[in-house]
Amino acid sequence: MDEQYKITVNAQETPVIEPGYTFGTVTEKISAIVLTRPASNGWFVGFGLAFMLTMMMLYAIGYLFVKGIGIWGVTIPIGWGFAIVNFVWWIGIGHAGTLISAILLLLRQSWRNSINRFAEAMTLFAVACAGIFPAIHVGRPWLAYWLFPYPSTMGVWPQFRSPLIWDVFAVSTYATISALFWFIGLIPDLATLRDRAAHPATRMIYGMLSMGWRGSARHWHRYETAYLLLAGLATPLVLSVHTVVSFDFAVGIVPGWHTTIFPPYFVAGAIYSGFAMVLMLAIPIRKIYGLEDFITERHLQNSAKVMLATGLIVAYGYGIEAFMGWYSGDRYDAFTLWNRLHGPYAVPYWSLLACNIFIPQVLWIRKLRTSPVALFFISGVILVGMWLERFIIVVVSLSRDFLTSSWGMYYPTRWDWMTYIGTIGMFLAAMFLFVRLLPMISIFEMRTLLPEAEVKE
Amino acid sequence: MPQIFHRSANTLSRATIFGAVFVAAALGWMAMEIQRSPYVTYAGVRKPQPVPFSHQHHVSGLGIDCRYCHTSVENSSFAGIPPTKTCMNCHSQIWTNAQLLEPVRASYRSGESLQWTRVNQLPDFVYFNHSIHVNKGVGCNTCHGPVDQMPLMYQQESLQMEWCLSCHRAPENNLRPRDQVFNMRYQQPTSSHPVAVDGQSYTDQFDLGAALVKKYNVRSVNDITSCNTCHR
Repeated sequence: MDEQYKITVNAQETPVIEPGYTFGTVTEKISAIVLTRPASNGWFVGFGLAFMLTMMMLYAIGYLFVKGIGIWGVTIPIGWGFAIVNFVWWIGIGHAGTLISAILLLLRQSWRNSINRFAEAMTLFAVACAGIFPAIHVGRPWLAYWLFPYPSTMGVWPQFRSPLIWDVFAVSTYATISALFWFIGLIPDLATLRDRAAHPATRMIYGMLSMGWRGSARHWHRYETAYLLLAGLATPLVLSVHTVVSFDFAVGIVPGWHTTIFPPYFVAGAIYSGFAMVLMLAIPIRKIYGLEDFITERHLQNSAKVMLATGLIVAYGYGIEAFMGWYSGDRYDAFTLWNRLHGPYAVPYWSLLACNIFIPQVLWIRKLRTSPVALFFISGVILVGMWLERFIIVVVSLSRDFLTSSWGMYYPTRWDWMTYIGTIGMFLAAMFLFVRLLPMISIFEMRTLLPEAEVKE
Repeated sequence: MPQIFHRSANTLSRATIFGAVFVAAALGWMAMEIQRSPYVTYAGVRKPQPVPFSHQHHVSGLGIDCRYCHTSVENSSFAGIPPTKTCMNCHSQIWTNAQLLEPVRASYRSGESLQWTRVNQLPDFVYFNHSIHVNKGVGCNTCHGPVDQMPLMYQQESLQMEWCLSCHRAPENNLRPRDQVFNMRYQQPTSSHPVAVDGQSYTDQFDLGAALVKKYNVRSVNDITSCNTCHR
């Protein structure tokens, strides 16, 4: 670990943790947010609002169960509306958490230590939001379990050649690994909370969750092995999950879907939007809970650089799509490009280009990369842009395919919007609970970054 | 600092984590079993009827052919439920005063049909045709079971889709010569009981079935397991 620390010092940059902290003060500062700090009025207002949005989502879904899919804007030819747009968007957002926790761990990027915990929580909640959509989109949601292969009395299995069933496996594997990874990483910190909690009930709860962790050398040894193994398992998922999601489109022959660029460009887009969400969460959290010493300018800057890089990959994807529209000589591909630029959905498409490609280029300016306010807004723009990208892919391609006689338009209804905004509420409500109930920064991993942790020979 | 949990918590937690796997597996297995049990399928359940009509008595006791009552089975999707007149062909002569048969006579007098309780009920989203099965050599008792041994009618099979498919995926396992379709005592060929078709003797169901598939032009497994064969 000391080597990582040296790298930090030698970099002559803002450190990943401000000087002056000791093992004790780090532990105290992070655990106090959960254990001793009273919930502020702001927290209650924020949680209340998010909870109300969650209720709105449940109302919209309840009404959907009563009335059926007809309350949504989906119809033929656009059978995949908001539900699929939102599903892809949420799954993509989750990817940053896995990238930060697994890939950056394997690459020994110690700056990840202060943001991996809540990035992983973000992953879990985003996957939960994403998981809602396919289930309610099947039309008869009480039969959604048909998605899973099980020995049914119908004597038939799901179509294993369809990317939709690959999706079921990809997403459920992703959710399982993310939950395990998050929980195992939490165990040493839950034990810290157990040891510091004053109330017996609190001690009991954290005690049960920490599964008898005593911090012995054997525990640490097993922990490190398990964590590394899970990181190894999670790493391919960062690439595979959104690749499989992109197959939902790429395997179809609809113009605008049927391209080989989709997997890498979906993965880059996922990480792009995920880091935007990480920043949108980290910036207010570090301000409100006074964690600027732990989530420093360095973290903001690194995240901004990741966004810049992945944003350029996404831009390359758009460029190749446009190029292939011309180069393939396929009139339908060419028309798809023309239709995006000039068709009925030109406004969303130009907004998408602005949000995902043009505006984020300001991140080349160092001053903006280190400004929390600017980053917050740019991240918001990117999230909107990535949502628009999925909207363009799903809706525009379906609205005008090969036969002009089967062209159509898609108009989302208020139930579409209520469900979508409701999932944002659910996501935020879960985040609000998370920051109050669990250590949002990994205490023990932060301790390894301190000078105290340096081994003297 | 005092311990929060008693030392037994160690064993308890290990046991619950280990046990959870088995509990989850058992729950899954239970769900599968319940779904296939008579509780859901009604297989083997005798349903009350307005008159306790005994197929056993009429078929094995008296030797009446299936088609005497189920007249349309060979050329219609529906096998047919006999009108009261069919009953009265005999019962105007025998058992004319039997109390048990009073509902039959009442129906004959008033002209109102007897309201039998349906036993073999397929869902409405399934298109089923008796005539095609009978004409391709599927015996009555292949699906309906030993009706000649049923004092009160019950459904023999689960009627679940996996049961339909078990035959549609391998029809040769169940086919018999057309003239044996209504034979309730038909036995599949063995070396001691060969079955003759077109002068050739078969000692094995697989050979017989394959020959009948060809002879009766049973369509390919791909065709008869296609969704729209049954869900039209």
